[in-house]
Amino acid sequence: MRTVARRARPARSRSSIGRAPGGTGGYSVRPPGRHWGRSLRTPLGACAAALLAVMALIAVLAPVLWTGTANAFDTSAILRGPSPAHWAGTNNLGQDVFFQVLVATRLTAALALAATAIGVGTGLLLGTAPLVLGRRAGRVITAVVNIAVAFPALLLALFFAVIFGVGARGALLAIGFASAPTFARLTRTLSASVAGLDYIAAARIAGVSRVRLLTRHVLPNIGETLIVNATISAGDALLSFAGLSFLGLGVQAPSYDWGKLLYDGLNGIYVHPVAALAPGIAVILAGLAFNLFGEAMARALGVPELAGGAIVRAARTGRGARRARAAASPGSTPSTAPPFSPTEPDDCVLSVRDLRVSFPGGVHPVRGVSLTLRRGEAVGVVGESGSGKSLTALAIARLLEPPAAITADQVRLLGHDLLPLSPGGTNGVSPRTPRGAPDGKARVSGTRPRGVDRHFLGTSLGMVFQDPMTSFNPVRQVGGQLAEVATQHQGMTRRQAAARAVDRLRAVRIPGPERRYRQFPHELSGGMRQRAMIGMAVMGSPALVIADEPTTALDVTVQRQVLRLIKSIQAADDLALLFISHDITVVGQVCDRVLVMYAGRIVESLPSAALAASARHPYTRALLAAVPSMETDREQPLAVVPGRPADPADVRPGCAFAPRCAFADDQCRAADPVLATAGDGHQVACWHPQAAPAPITLLSGAAAAPASPTTPATPADARETT
Amino acid sequence: MSELRFEGATVRFGSRRHGHVAVDDVDLVVPSGTVVGLVGESGSGKSTLARAAVGLAPLTAGRVLADGRPVPRHGRRPVQMVFQDPFASLDPRMTVGESVAEAIPRGFPGGRAGGASRRAEASRLAGLVGLPDGVVDSYPARLSGGQRQRVALARALAGRPQVIIADEITSALDVSTQGAVLNVVRDLQRELRLSMLFISHNLAVVRYVSDVVAVMRAGQIVECGPAERVLAAPGHEYTRELLAAVPRPGSVLTAED
Repeated sequence: MRTVARRARPARSRSSIGRAPGGTGGYSVRPPGRHWGRSLRTPLGACAAALLAVMALIAVLAPVLWTGTANAFDTSAILRGPSPAHWAGTNNLGQDVFFQVLVATRLTAALALAATAIGVGTGLLLGTAPLVLGRRAGRVITAVVNIAVAFPALLLALFFAVIFGVGARGALLAIGFASAPTFARLTRTLSASVAGLDYIAAARIAGVSRVRLLTRHVLPNIGETLIVNATISAGDALLSFAGLSFLGLGVQAPSYDWGKLLYDGLNGIYVHPVAALAPGIAVILAGLAFNLFGEAMARALGVPELAGGAIVRAARTGRGARRARAAASPGSTPSTAPPFSPTEPDDCVLSVRDLRVSFPGGVHPVRGVSLTLRRGEAVGVVGESGSGKSLTALAIARLLEPPAAITADQVRLLGHDLLPLSPGGTNGVSPRTPRGAPDGKARVSGTRPRGVDRHFLGTSLGMVFQDPMTSFNPVRQVGGQLAEVATQHQGMTRRQAAARAVDRLRAVRIPGPERRYRQFPHELSGGMRQRAMIGMAVMGSPALVIADEPTTALDVTVQRQVLRLIKSIQAADDLALLFISHDITVVGQVCDRVLVMYAGRIVESLPSAALAASARHPYTRALLAAVPSMETDREQPLAVVPGRPADPADVRPGCAFAPRCAFADDQCRAADPVLATAGDGHQVACWHPQAAPAPITLLSGAAAAPASPTTPATPADARETT
Repeated sequence: MSELRFEGATVRFGSRRHGHVAVDDVDLVVPSGTVVGLVGESGSGKSTLARAAVGLAPLTAGRVLADGRPVPRHGRRPVQMVFQDPFASLDPRMTVGESVAEAIPRGFPGGRAGGASRRAEASRLAGLVGLPDGVVDSYPARLSGGQRQRVALARALAGRPQVIIADEITSALDVSTQGAVLNVVRDLQRELRLSMLFISHNLAVVRYVSDVVAVMRAGQIVECGPAERVLAAPGHEYTRELLAAVPRPGSVLTAED
């Protein structure tokens, strides 16, 4: 029996746009994940459902209408071939084979369903028993099930057939019980993964009984997968019955099912093959119907439930794709590229102009980001989750895959175009990608870089990710993974690459680098793994290192060590550093310049030194005020940003922060401000930039009275209201 | 509310010889009506101590007493817990109201044989943690991380606990949301005089909500005392190390020590 395991929950990560999208239209009362209807709308699902419906209809009607016709003896026409009177010929008693096949549908289907019910029922009991009975009894049951799974199902069926006796009842029990172990194992695995989740722990602490835990929490959350597998196993049961009856172990005369008809027809297969083929075709069609229906449902249910689901769904129907293209077409969203000088500085490492990332279905998580990094400069990007900061980094590193679409006026690393502009460009790009779009913007639909690009990126750009455990391959030695960079991109021999890797491990201050080279990722502590990751980023001789939340998973003491390491490596090799973090304090400590992102745009760009004193955008100030420090007044409530982060799928005109801003007025809600110079090395995108030191003021809700930029509003108790 | 007391609490995973002692002979008191902040690096045993307090991790030795009575390993616990991960702590197939109401003990309003309707009681609890009224009929998928943590807090309150344990409840949240959740915790604690064990690796967050701070390392409490004293004049080397590592706004990190 095949088992279809379903992706349980969408991956939870800071960089994922699948993280609970901000629903703006009130609260939904619909439970998540009711996709049964959707599976029927695919061609596969529709075919399978139609086949099943026809089969059900025949199973109900045929015995009522044609039992007499099928069982009538016609001694004048024994073992005849197909004729207008008997479409599939007759058997050795002169009975009409075609009508027998139709009439046998009911018995065949009923036996298959009954066997599946026995198998699923027994499997559920055995699979959930460990949860209800506790650890010790559970272990015994699990062991028994594991042993039973090891026996081939057909062997078990034959064994049971001997015990229960030859006949329909024996075959039914045999096939039912033979499919139980697999089902028990599946149930056990699924329920164990759910039982480890916090909500089960919470229910246990609240005193919810084990049986109630099972019925209220565990079964509803694994039900869909179990139903899909039950459907598929009904198809398997049907085939097994045909097999047993064919072997003479199943249904006995005078009853008949498809297997029995097949067995009878086979005797005369050389004389008239149709008598054997007719029940054979019926078995194949019915088996296909069950299996395809199960597959279709599995596919529909395998789609992540949250935003990702909507995206994939829209792409599949084609409607969403068209809408996305229309939305991404030039002119639909105003370009707010800041007035950066067209000439780049000589020591420019990275230059990005008007970078946009969109997903099918009108989701625009990055909406026109421009930035420049000089050699030796550390620039921080800060913002809440969903602000587009990680997607910006991934788009620059060409790590976004379809269906993400990237457009930009320019993305240049060391003067080398990462997004090709002209058809004559040297960069290999997938032929699917439209080159040189009419508006002069380069457009890439999230394809992997190839050829020249790949080696150039591999040596000139280093990436450090958030979770060092998942960014290393757990089954390969750390050193080998570092050395791979050199053998792949720099043409070094294995020996040279190994020497370079050890040197890099030493450079990131890992003690005993020769020994660590041969260790596996799990043998290193979290901080040590992150050091090794930084070592990998500087394996080539990169001009730019992009660090995406590099210390979020680490403790404060380790965080400080890793941040110091990043600083020292950056200083030693004069690297440009793009440092992405949600923690504005850390960014301020590490970087020379800070870019604050909100809803896919840069809303403020200022020197780190000026952060505390002269941040002018209300959002930047809110971020600064919201972080409790060791000096925060314990008697005052913490400042919070009211409302919810902007939804990248629902971008309204005007400033994206306006609904949460105390200073917003009609102008803010009508037009999006562009990034404008607000002082030396300071740019801000706001209609009402706040004057230097003023109390942080945030009011609840969007209906707050607009305040003039020069008069500080009265401090209000800022409480998140939704 | 009443006090939670750990007496020589020890949790060992694995065998006696090859096992790992996650919590090593911990004595700790959460006095009635106070918030005890527990800080320490990951792997120091903070979460295991919390799970031991509610009977989710078996004690190898020692006792955990709530108001002088040992915390039971089955049935309703007098200690309720709020978990770290807002995306795993609510059943995606139950409405917020159902999740909260499930924790109401028998005989209390909204509980079985408790008189008042479950929905009304869930609504009242949701209001207590600052959630709008309509939230009780919605499913968790529609809620933000901060809102989910407040639902989890409401569920913990629904269990009529003597003590609440908050295990890293803001570490998965954005800073803006973190502030809102901390404000709710602080206000609730003052209104209801909650006894609370507040676990976090973030010293600034612990400082903001706690009256007493305990520092844990390698399964042991290395320092414990009034928050002002421990954070202003730390007695243990490790506490000093932790304090020095807290990023401070406006400071610039240099490459070398």
